[in-house]
Amino acid sequence: MRIALFITCVNDLMYPDTGRAVVSVLERLGHTVDFPEAQTCCGQMHANSGYRAEAMPMVRGFVDTFRGYDAVVAPSGSCVAMVRDSYPRLALGDPDLESGVAEVAPRTYEFAELLVDVLGVTDVGAVFPHTVTYHPTCHGLRMLRLGDKPLTLLRAVGGLELRPLASAEECCGFGGTFALKNAGVSAAMLADKCGAVDATGAEYVVAADNSCLTHIGGGLSRRAASTAKPIHYAEILASTGSAS
Amino acid sequence: MNGTGNIVALRPFPDAARLELNDQQLRTNLRRATHTIRDKRLRVVGEVDDWEALRRAGAAIKDDVLARLPELLERFEESATRAGAVVHWARDAAEACEIVTRLVTGTAAREVVKVKSMATQEIGLNEALEAAGIEATETDLAELIVQLADDTPSHILVPAIHYNRSQIRDIFRSRMPGVTDGLTDDPPALAEAARRHLRAKFLSATVGISGANFAIAETGTLVVVESEGNGRMCLTLPETLISVVGIEKILPTFSELEVFLQLLPRSSTGERMNPYTSMWTGVTPGDGPRTTHIVLVDNGRTATLADEIGRQALRCIRCSACLNVCPVYERVGGHAYGSVYPGPIGAILSPQLTSSGANSTLPYASSLCGACFDACPVRINIPEVLVHLRQKGVDAKRGKPSAERAAFVSLSWIMRDRRRYAAALRAARRGSAPLRGRGRLRRLPWPASAWTDSRDVPLPPKQTFREWWAKR
Ligand code: SF4
Repeated sequence: MRIALFITCVNDLMYPDTGRAVVSVLERLGHTVDFPEAQTCCGQMHANSGYRAEAMPMVRGFVDTFRGYDAVVAPSGSCVAMVRDSYPRLALGDPDLESGVAEVAPRTYEFAELLVDVLGVTDVGAVFPHTVTYHPTCHGLRMLRLGDKPLTLLRAVGGLELRPLASAEECCGFGGTFALKNAGVSAAMLADKCGAVDATGAEYVVAADNSCLTHIGGGLSRRAASTAKPIHYAEILASTGSAS
Repeated sequence: MNGTGNIVALRPFPDAARLELNDQQLRTNLRRATHTIRDKRLRVVGEVDDWEALRRAGAAIKDDVLARLPELLERFEESATRAGAVVHWARDAAEACEIVTRLVTGTAAREVVKVKSMATQEIGLNEALEAAGIEATETDLAELIVQLADDTPSHILVPAIHYNRSQIRDIFRSRMPGVTDGLTDDPPALAEAARRHLRAKFLSATVGISGANFAIAETGTLVVVESEGNGRMCLTLPETLISVVGIEKILPTFSELEVFLQLLPRSSTGERMNPYTSMWTGVTPGDGPRTTHIVLVDNGRTATLADEIGRQALRCIRCSACLNVCPVYERVGGHAYGSVYPGPIGAILSPQLTSSGANSTLPYASSLCGACFDACPVRINIPEVLVHLRQKGVDAKRGKPSAERAAFVSLSWIMRDRRRYAAALRAARRGSAPLRGRGRLRRLPWPASAWTDSRDVPLPPKQTFREWWAKR
């Protein structure tokens, strides 16, 4: 199976460890992954902010880059949701792009989907002796219907203790440019999310999207009483000993 | 033609929201109330095996109605007229108010009783009647509270959701005639005080004003769904009944009604069935009102219908499920939306009905978390419409200079090309290198300060992913 890695712009610049973790888990499971270097960004921020025309070159670029692979995997629920949910709509009216999207979009998976649904693995042989609480991100939850796939993977991790998060399914308040355009509301939502994380007493807050984690982590680090560190679950799955 | 009336926000959403965010009591009240209804809704929706099929059926029926609205409206007018009702058409809020005021004045009545009607809120009817010297009394408990407090509704279904019990007691004590300082905040005591106050109004008013949840084209029947029984009184006691109805409320026949009588109560109050469903068709000699008028209101609906993606907002049955699950609504309440339609549905409906001014900030009043779409009984893809409206706004301003556009355009130019993109990542990584010792940033200049006002920013690590990949 030809698996291509899509490392989103946020991951590429800010969280290369998450990408490395995906590579290491897949290689540990005996798969080779390809990183097509022509890839850039999925265009989500542009499209969601209303800049459709500006997003289209990125949509085309994504489709051209990843056409021909059996599976494309990205460690970001919201970017995968962009490809699977929004690309078909954005491509409407351009027959060539429509067929490209029809080919690529259904084969683009969030990491947990690839592991559980495509590769049929739930135990990746990881060890992470820490307490963690899991925040299901909105796009993973409601657009991709990830359900408890990431949780299933986490439950199989050696030494890991999972703590339930109150009102877990509520948005953390990030929402891309929403955090800037309605900063006050976003901060109010964040405060509640951080409070819920603190209440678990967990060492780590885990999610399937580094942008949400940036938001939650940025809020937690402002709160004197907060100790939880943000981490992408791929990095937990890559860990085979005690983490730093 | 653009809609007018109480759907036009006076100030941009972020400004209005900022004021509401300061009100800690409001947030506590909203959180408690929305979470209670939310949980109830989840429970009763969970009981229905074919809920998804019902939602799809509801959406399909509404889409069919919207696709042949002119024809169905004409059929409704014919049937209603045949049954003895007088049908009027209003293009906007001003026209609708003018018609209703003329009808009331024509009866020589000086007071009217009202049963909850979003449409009359939308057109600003109470204000218009007051200007004509007519006193209108809201008879839904929550509407009455809001009216007594000289406030505006904050929720579609529970207009007084922003008050708690003791606040309501205080409003009754100071504003309701005949209420003494001895009134407690015990719900039965509050309900009893309201009941006594309203009973007198029901018996003396000769004109009733209602809205309608549904209008059946085949028979000319109007349907009102409610839980307090005040509807029954308003719809049967007065001599004259005037119903103000948005043109999208049409259903072809009675058989479609069945789907909505399942979807609506479960989605709105979390009840399996609402306590009172009233239906009436024109006039019935010897029973109920002797004269019935129906005012069909457009007020921007036809314009909304013209937008292929945006028109799904007209499927809305005003259940308020989307408000109760919306994290933004929960923090700011209904007033921040500046329209009688708050929350997620308001964010897509108000700007479409009016297409003007401060309403253009409403499509950004969402983190696109999608909870509203999941809750909506007629499957309105609210996030899709929000993004669509943002895009329309952006496109309408093409050619005018804007810092935001310039940023998005140059970002797009960089990100569409791998070399420029890789170089930009490298530059960002290098540029932040001198700061790396600090780990995180606490202050950034405007516009990023909107972020750092309440959140730290991490710094890029030493190597981008693609640099690592190239070396491995
Ligand atoms: S948009 Fe949907 S959920 Fe919201 S009020 Fe209308 S019907 Fe109910």
